[in-house]
Amino acid sequence: MGKTVAEKIFASHIIDNPSGDINVIRLDAVFCHEITTPGAINDLVNRGKDRVFDPSKIKAVIDHVTPAKDSKTALQGKILRNWARRHKIEDFFDIGRNGVCHAIFPEKGFVRPGYTIIMGDSHTCTHGAFGAFAAGVGTTDLEVGILKGVCAFHYPVTIKINITGKLMPGVYAKDVILSIISMLGVNGATNRVIEFAGPVIDLMSMEARMTICNMAVEAGATCGICSPDMTTVEYLWEFIQDEFGSKEKALDKYSQFAADPDAEYDRIIDHDVSKLEPQMTFGYKPDLVKNVQEMEGTKIDQVYIGSCTNGRIEDLRVVAEIMKGNLISDSVRCIISPATPQVYQKAMEEGLLKIFMDAGVCLTNPTCGACLGMSNGVLAEGEVCASTTNRNFNGRMGKGGMVHLMSPATAAASAIAGKIQIPETKPVPEEYNEKF
Amino acid sequence: MKNFNGKVLFLDRADINTDEIIPAKYLTEISREALEPYLLEDLELDGFNQGMDLANKSVIITKDNFGCGSSREHAPWALDANGINLVIAENFARIFKQNMFNCGMLAVEFSSEIIGKIFRLFAGRSTDLETDMKRMIITIKSDEHQEEFPFSISDFDLALVEAGGWLSYADSNY
Ligand code: SF4
Repeated sequence: MGKTVAEKIFASHIIDNPSGDINVIRLDAVFCHEITTPGAINDLVNRGKDRVFDPSKIKAVIDHVTPAKDSKTALQGKILRNWARRHKIEDFFDIGRNGVCHAIFPEKGFVRPGYTIIMGDSHTCTHGAFGAFAAGVGTTDLEVGILKGVCAFHYPVTIKINITGKLMPGVYAKDVILSIISMLGVNGATNRVIEFAGPVIDLMSMEARMTICNMAVEAGATCGICSPDMTTVEYLWEFIQDEFGSKEKALDKYSQFAADPDAEYDRIIDHDVSKLEPQMTFGYKPDLVKNVQEMEGTKIDQVYIGSCTNGRIEDLRVVAEIMKGNLISDSVRCIISPATPQVYQKAMEEGLLKIFMDAGVCLTNPTCGACLGMSNGVLAEGEVCASTTNRNFNGRMGKGGMVHLMSPATAAASAIAGKIQIPETKPVPEEYNEKF
Repeated sequence: MKNFNGKVLFLDRADINTDEIIPAKYLTEISREALEPYLLEDLELDGFNQGMDLANKSVIITKDNFGCGSSREHAPWALDANGINLVIAENFARIFKQNMFNCGMLAVEFSSEIIGKIFRLFAGRSTDLETDMKRMIITIKSDEHQEEFPFSISDFDLALVEAGGWLSYADSNY
């Protein structure tokens, strides 16, 4: 009988089966950021167990509130920084080199097909885009991961979503995943892995696949996964060329983690996206989704473009194409946070930053920023934000604020209109179309 | 092992998320105790009064998908800091549930019929709850009514509760 991607990964990583369908698996990487890791570090210190299982498999970044906004966030950064130094964790990204965790770690080549990864962050599911099993965990799981390099999971039961058809212009990965969350509901995939497959995924860049997998947790999923393919190999090539010598060899090795055609799924959902229109959320849950068209004209106060969902270079290119030669409406303010220094740098080289600044955008350093309502664009009571992030819970971007989730294209169009606006589609020019 | 008995707080709503349980702005607190005043500060629930309703409560009974949203273990910590070690719901978000057991706390699932019945019989009254971990029975009582509800958790989750959490368990096993 065939196996799903997650089953194949588990097969080579299980070290114990303490009861029922609980499996303790060996971890290939443990990712850390400054919000959830200090609690784990302090607890390990208090228990007299201030050790790490393997410093080369631990990657850490200060990304949520950076540079620090007050003494408390400064202390969180300091605890992580000192710990990374103390344990000789070489892949630690401090201020100036830091970016949003789920954007910077893949960009550095830390995520490979077949890997098992945990992080004290619910959007760790993003890394499943590479054909890895990557799951968000709490601080205690993280602590055990740091100390022992293991984590316990239920055996991965998988829902397959077969995405077919052809996307209309102006419709992006974000619209696809919003439509899927709306279909599944906020706990439609709880304790399940979602495998995203089909011709639409096959044609997507790694960045778009990351946008899709990033929001799997908004349907409750443990991980969102895509089978590794040549697109995955191309993205990773600069990091793996010495190991493999040729792309075909890399593909050969990674293909062992692709799902078998006769794999068994909990359910298979066919999702034809040919008629899908731009999507956005309208309430305090990510499954409350409507066509942007129905919401056109809705008042907004702020536009936020960034985050681990949509703060990558492809997103900024789409935004720049729409903003080029236009001004942000004076009834709104628009904040753009490129997700990583590399994204920032590319945006500079490609002239995108100039377009943003000419349009009147507030450009911030790479950080989570407003996404979690701790810094760089917190909303006032009663304010509304059009946002490319992944969560619209009540209070998420500031107490009494409302967040509408949407694609970068819709957010950019809305910034110019000063209200919710369906994006007029402009193709991204050829020169941007280098393959990732 | 922690204590799973005491007065019940009823939260009659589904999908209560971790931002409502403990808002992100308090994630800068490093000590668990410091979270105590902020539990459920942003809860969207008509008639809920954080100060009055939380006083002396040791158990929460609620509906579907409790603890969805972020992975923050601050959510169970904030409960623990308020002396609440047991949450009963129709079901939980995966990470929240795992976090509860990882902290040696208890997350118990009952069917929507049973949760509905408990709400009908007890919500709005002063209600006490006792947990018998040996017999795996939860007894709920008010002035007018008393009823036993058998429950089950996996052997692994039970082992975590008995060990006082995943760290102690993992440390002695791996
Ligand atoms: S960008 Fe937002 S969702 Fe992503 S890791 Fe940062 S806070 Fe979390």
